[in-house]
Amino acid sequence: MIVRISGEGQYRLSDEAARRLNELDNELVRLVESADEAGFRARFRELIEWVRSQGQPVPPDELVASDVILPPPDVTLEEARSVFQGEGLVPG
Amino acid sequence: MSLFGQMMTIIRAKISALLSGAENPEETLEYAYQRQLELLQKVRMNMVNVVASKRRLEAQLASLENQLSRLDDQARQALQAGREDLARLALERKVFAQQQIAALEAQVQDLTEQQNRLIEAEQRLRQKVEAFRTRKEIIKAQYSAAEAQARINEAITGLSEELADVGLAIERAEEKTARLKARAEAIDELVAAGALPDYLTGRDVIDRELGQAQLQAGVEAELARLKTELQSGQRPALKEGE
Repeated sequence: MIVRISGEGQYRLSDEAARRLNELDNELVRLVESADEAGFRARFRELIEWVRSQGQPVPPDELVASDVILPPPDVTLEEARSVFQGEGLVPG
Repeated sequence: MSLFGQMMTIIRAKISALLSGAENPEETLEYAYQRQLELLQKVRMNMVNVVASKRRLEAQLASLENQLSRLDDQARQALQAGREDLARLALERKVFAQQQIAALEAQVQDLTEQQNRLIEAEQRLRQKVEAFRTRKEIIKAQYSAAEAQARINEAITGLSEELADVGLAIERAEEKTARLKARAEAIDELVAAGALPDYLTGRDVIDRELGQAQLQAGVEAELARLKTELQSGQRPALKEGE
């Protein structure tokens, strides 16, 4: 499975990792909804670290589409809210 | 609702916008390649903006830091003159300036990181563009027209995603730079309006009041000295004839 960290690049992860990502996605959505900025940032940072350590970076000369796209590593709660309200990454 | 799902939707919308101008496969190829070059250009321009914003923030930071010791001196002098109200005013300004410094420092740090990410994004995109160009020629030489097309489409999808993602990173960097610029302007306005001491003219209301306070203190001291002299019956030696 190919996972992209937006603004950073792609990683190749195992399929079990896909299920874990799905759980984390739901958890992050809950944190955004409860406006828990500190919780969201901490959890998201963990997730990014996990993808970086579990995944194999896709080589620069490989052109492949992603199965999952994660927000940029420094995404804020405000930006994340804007993302799943369908307004895009840049609030406004 | 899904955060990652929405990210995918955002990127896909950008990909289809990127490729919507092309009618046939050969055009798609050419079009995608042109977009890559444009994006590389944009990445470079944005980096110039980020550098300019960073310099400005650093200059503001230096000005604010200069003010800190001056405000401290003012507060000390005010206390010596028995003007706690003025000392309080100077310290309020000092604390405000310290808050501004902390916020600016965090932003300079953010901007530095963003700049590094843009440099990396530019390099990544350049490599992908190069890979795409090579791949395209190999595919065209090795496969039948129909199969070549399928393989080229795959490569285009991968490359377009990279392009869309870099585009998103640039938009985000631009938005952040604009926000920083607005903040820098707001600080300039505060300084101009005197909400912060005006470090350009060097004198402000605290200095003037302190000057008054010192004048008063000087007058009081002189008076006290005269009174003491009169009470003790001593007179300083006067010149003859007076």
